[in-house]
Amino acid sequence: MNNKAIICKNLTKQFGSFKAVDQITFDVDSGEIFGFLGANGAGKTTAMRILCGLSFPTSGEASVAGFNVYKQQEQIKKNIGYMSQKFSLYENLTVVENIEFYGGVYGVSRADIKQRSSELISTLGLEKEAKKLVGELPLGWKQKLAFSVAIFHKPKIVFLDEPTGGVDPVTRRQFWDMIYEAAASGITVFVTTHYMDEAEYCNRITVMVDGKVEALDTPTKLKERFNTHSMDEVFYQLARGAKRSGD
Amino acid sequence: MKQLLSFVHKEFLHVFRDRRTLLIMFGLPIVQIVLFGFALNSEVKNIGIMVLDNAHDINSQQIIDKIATSSYFQLKEPAQSYRDIERKFKAGTVKCALVFPAGFGSDLFHTGKADVQVIADASDPNTATIVATYLRSIIADYQQQLNPNAGVPYRIIPEVRQLYNEKQNGSLNFIPGVIALIFMIVSTALTSVAVVREKELGTMEILLVSPFKPLMVLVAKAIPYLALSLINFIIILLLSVYLLDVQIKGSLLLLFAESILFIITCLSLGLLISNVTNSQQTAMLISMMGLMLPTMLLTGFMFPLENMPWIFRVISHVIPSRYYYIIVKAVMLKGLGFSYIWQETLILIGMSAVLLTLALKNFKIRLS
Repeated sequence: MNNKAIICKNLTKQFGSFKAVDQITFDVDSGEIFGFLGANGAGKTTAMRILCGLSFPTSGEASVAGFNVYKQQEQIKKNIGYMSQKFSLYENLTVVENIEFYGGVYGVSRADIKQRSSELISTLGLEKEAKKLVGELPLGWKQKLAFSVAIFHKPKIVFLDEPTGGVDPVTRRQFWDMIYEAAASGITVFVTTHYMDEAEYCNRITVMVDGKVEALDTPTKLKERFNTHSMDEVFYQLARGAKRSGD
Repeated sequence: MKQLLSFVHKEFLHVFRDRRTLLIMFGLPIVQIVLFGFALNSEVKNIGIMVLDNAHDINSQQIIDKIATSSYFQLKEPAQSYRDIERKFKAGTVKCALVFPAGFGSDLFHTGKADVQVIADASDPNTATIVATYLRSIIADYQQQLNPNAGVPYRIIPEVRQLYNEKQNGSLNFIPGVIALIFMIVSTALTSVAVVREKELGTMEILLVSPFKPLMVLVAKAIPYLALSLINFIIILLLSVYLLDVQIKGSLLLLFAESILFIITCLSLGLLISNVTNSQQTAMLISMMGLMLPTMLLTGFMFPLENMPWIFRVISHVIPSRYYYIIVKAVMLKGLGFSYIWQETLILIGMSAVLLTLALKNFKIRLS
């Protein structure tokens, strides 16, 4: 087994004459927290969709959890978890029902679902809310639950697409504690975010501009390179050259 | 398979949690049956009638007695003048009037010929025609009573049998139509909304990222609605038999098989609709306006297709419920077997295949 969770080589996605993703090359180590930054329209979502097995690249190579993105989409899907910026649980199902559903869809056995879901509920401290509809929970709880559900089937990699949008700073902090825990247990975390303080929490980050990877390093080294103390400034210096904007 | 089961389970939970869906699903058939069965009755009964009897003889009285005993008419108090009649017509309490001229009986007796005037309120032309026919037959009946062995050399007596509906039960005609309509609403509208809702909420994305096959997403969505439609079908049949006195003459098994086929057609249509739109409201609107109206108007259960301009008749051929309506009528009311409806069955199978293929193809295109 190689210890690279994701490998991209000259990965390109073209819509007509528009290069949404333009020859990106990077790799992500197993167990790493990998930040994927970029302004709206920089190509983050497109790249992520390819890596999740939702769309085919136009050219280039990529493998996720050791599986080829052209030929082995099914295997990729079995080995990843995904949580999107849009809230992704069913509001009119209870906490337990949501867990059971996603567990079932990922083919987790019934016994495992039962055991892991009661563990999960007690870790999250949701014992009282277990039988409540998810719609009645506060947003912060929902997001934490959504993340737990995304890694419920113990994937090798979890993709988080702006997971903390609209969440208050305290909950965001707790959310990142959960991410660290997941990473410590060996799950690779691939996360996109707009919050620069969150970028600091990542082991390494890339910044995408106009479909290309403009920078790839640890937060500390990036700050050194751009001669600044904040990630905000790094991001601003990189992104201001962008020709594309908006989605 | 286990994945599919958890998905179907989830879909059922959605349906049972959503009061509105439940109300539409199970309230609708009951309301429709009651509405069509009792309120929208095209039979004409208890028509208000008044008589202006200028003759006051035994013959006019006998005719009036005959009318009074008929269940079709409700005899109002006698009119004194034409103005009386006009007033009651305007008030709407009376739909028709019979006027005997002075000397009606003696004319009949002496010359063998007498006139009687029938006035009907033709602002509702259908009722007016029916009323006139009823009165004519009552009078003809009386005429025959008068001279049972009259010297008419040839007499032709038509013996009318109303086949497949001897009791003239008005419910028979619309029940197949209502069944088709309800399948359209439950299977098509609710399925399309159920799929589109996942797109709106963003959960569809999660499902597509999961190892669950896109094709299976559609199957899992469709299964609960297939089951619920069948339950609905049973409710309608029970209501028809026990409440509206409709007899099911043909094979129940065949009826169910054909209904499942039609439900599949409706589900495919619903899935196809869910592909072209991303909002629940649009999906609802397309299903309701685009499908319910044509189903009501162009299947022939409310208005006969034969009388429509050719363009509508042509359009009616692409409406699935038209064929299902023919099938249900044939099996349920006429007791016919499969050999009489194989053509319609084949058309429905063809339609389902085309719709389903289109739905699946579009669903896949959306992914890449």
